[in-house]
Amino acid sequence: KIELVQIDGLVLMKLIKHCHEAERSGSLFVQGALLGLVSESRLEVTHCFPFMALGDDSQDDDEFQLTMLRRLRQMNIDHQQVGWYQSSQFANFLSLTLLESQFSYQTSIEESICLVFDTAKTAQGFVSLKAYRLTGETLKLVKEGDYSADNVKENNISYESLLTEVPIVIKNSYLMNALLLELQEQLPLQVGGSQFLDLGTSGTLETQLRVMMDSLDELNSECLKFNKHQQIVLKQIQEKNKYIQKRAQENKQRIDRKEDPLPAEDLNKLFKPIPPPSRMNPLILSGTIQNTSEEVSEFCSQSMAKLFITEPLQAAKASAASSSQ
Amino acid sequence: MAVNLRVKVHPVVLFQIADSYERRSMDNHRVIGTLVGSVDKQCVEVTNCFCIPHKEYEERVEADIDYAQDMFELNKKVAPQENLVGWFATGNEITSHSALIHDYYVRETKDPIHLTLDTTLVNGRMTMKAYVFVPLGVPGATSGSMFTPVPVQVVASEPEMAGLHLLHKTKYQKSRAVDPMPDLMKISESANEMELMLDALLKYVEAVLDGSVPADNAIGRTLWDLVQSVPKMDTVEFEKMLNSNLRDLLMVIYLSQLTKTQLQLNEKLSMVSVSNIREMGKVIQLD
Repeated sequence: KIELVQIDGLVLMKLIKHCHEAERSGSLFVQGALLGLVSESRLEVTHCFPFMALGDDSQDDDEFQLTMLRRLRQMNIDHQQVGWYQSSQFANFLSLTLLESQFSYQTSIEESICLVFDTAKTAQGFVSLKAYRLTGETLKLVKEGDYSADNVKENNISYESLLTEVPIVIKNSYLMNALLLELQEQLPLQVGGSQFLDLGTSGTLETQLRVMMDSLDELNSECLKFNKHQQIVLKQIQEKNKYIQKRAQENKQRIDRKEDPLPAEDLNKLFKPIPPPSRMNPLILSGTIQNTSEEVSEFCSQSMAKLFITEPLQAAKASAASSSQ
Repeated sequence: MAVNLRVKVHPVVLFQIADSYERRSMDNHRVIGTLVGSVDKQCVEVTNCFCIPHKEYEERVEADIDYAQDMFELNKKVAPQENLVGWFATGNEITSHSALIHDYYVRETKDPIHLTLDTTLVNGRMTMKAYVFVPLGVPGATSGSMFTPVPVQVVASEPEMAGLHLLHKTKYQKSRAVDPMPDLMKISESANEMELMLDALLKYVEAVLDGSVPADNAIGRTLWDLVQSVPKMDTVEFEKMLNSNLRDLLMVIYLSQLTKTQLQLNEKLSMVSVSNIREMGKVIQLD
């Protein structure tokens, strides 16, 4: 049972480098492996390396990983894989592939985590790193592979209980601290400070809202599909009902006329059961929308804070202008 | 030989070197490794590095060249734009072994640079130096080469600065650990920093007015620019603008809360209709 994820400063810097470089060269989703060790309820991530771009031969991929792990072991770097990471833009990381990959990791190594690194937010200056694990119910659901509404209802899964978040702590060794002190002299921190107080927030807000609107449209069409399916099933049930009653009536009449009753027919052949649509997509979409709306709220609250800061500036300017007149 | 070469190093590289030094095997006093990056005219930018196993004896050095080549290939697969640009070593000085190792790298790439990072903290600081191997001598007589220092600096892109910002906090904690901060805290911190800076400025201005500090025209002009950069605006207009922006943001917050509630409702209603259908189906089977 993992309660805390401890990440080395080195891993954070490597993540930033890999995800942002990839973003610059155009690929939106990049992935990589996390290496480290498990100590009691704490998962320590001490190293990481990127995976090759997706879509390639999966055999190449495996070879790449094996060679990498072997070489790293030679340098005394922890070679136990404790999870994987993925980049995302504004919380749009939730997808069936993510759940399935995390499922395979969690079944092979019990304590694996999925680290989601938000490149869009980090570009704005806020380091956004979240660690997720699948809940027990989701594990069961993915194992069974049955995503119909009935199964989802059975296991009581809602979009909120798909993933649990694990708190993260970033830790540095003493040597790293010495390095940081050195870096502080060379790279004055004030260089990067201005981006936090940037007032031009409407651009990012628009992108986020557009993403949310797209997800909402998709969710809407999924809901319509589901409702239609429910209606068809309902109609089918009613027709079955009518048919059974008619049969019963006919049989009664036949018995009255001293004839043999009609044989019972297989209802399923007459009324084929309609396959229900998978509930996975709506669950994932709802989860994504939930995450996006939380991000949007946070973004708006910090924009409001920035606006409030400008107020006294303007007031001071106005009073200076009036006093100088 | 371009001796007016500049070297730019990304923080990732330094972190990696320090980490490799911590993980070295007991009989090594220093670690060496390959630097990768890109060369652009007079500037070499180092963006990544990896350590290679090596052993140093009295007269010779043994390094695992297969390892170096393997790692370089692997790195190329993930980052095809990174080329070999040189090698690094920890420690403060250049030893005779360095020339031997440099020899190997000269065969791999044109004009490799050599970077040293003093992880042993000899001077109480972690000094970083870069060198190129320059031939010298009198033409006609014996010629040799020596390591000439070149200027080196640390550069970081904006996201890297954001990461560093967070990491710097670990220096001041006893546990050397820090949680990633929520956005609002970052803003309040930046605002505090700005306040401190303004305080320092005010003290300076007052000291100049008192006459205790000589007035500097350059600083005075920058201060004037600073004050003028606050846009002149009518108070009423400013209020209107501020309020409309605030209203927009509040509306977005309200809408996102509404969306979240609707999602929950949607979930519950779908589940209700599922159980409804199931109930109806059960009733029919009983017939």
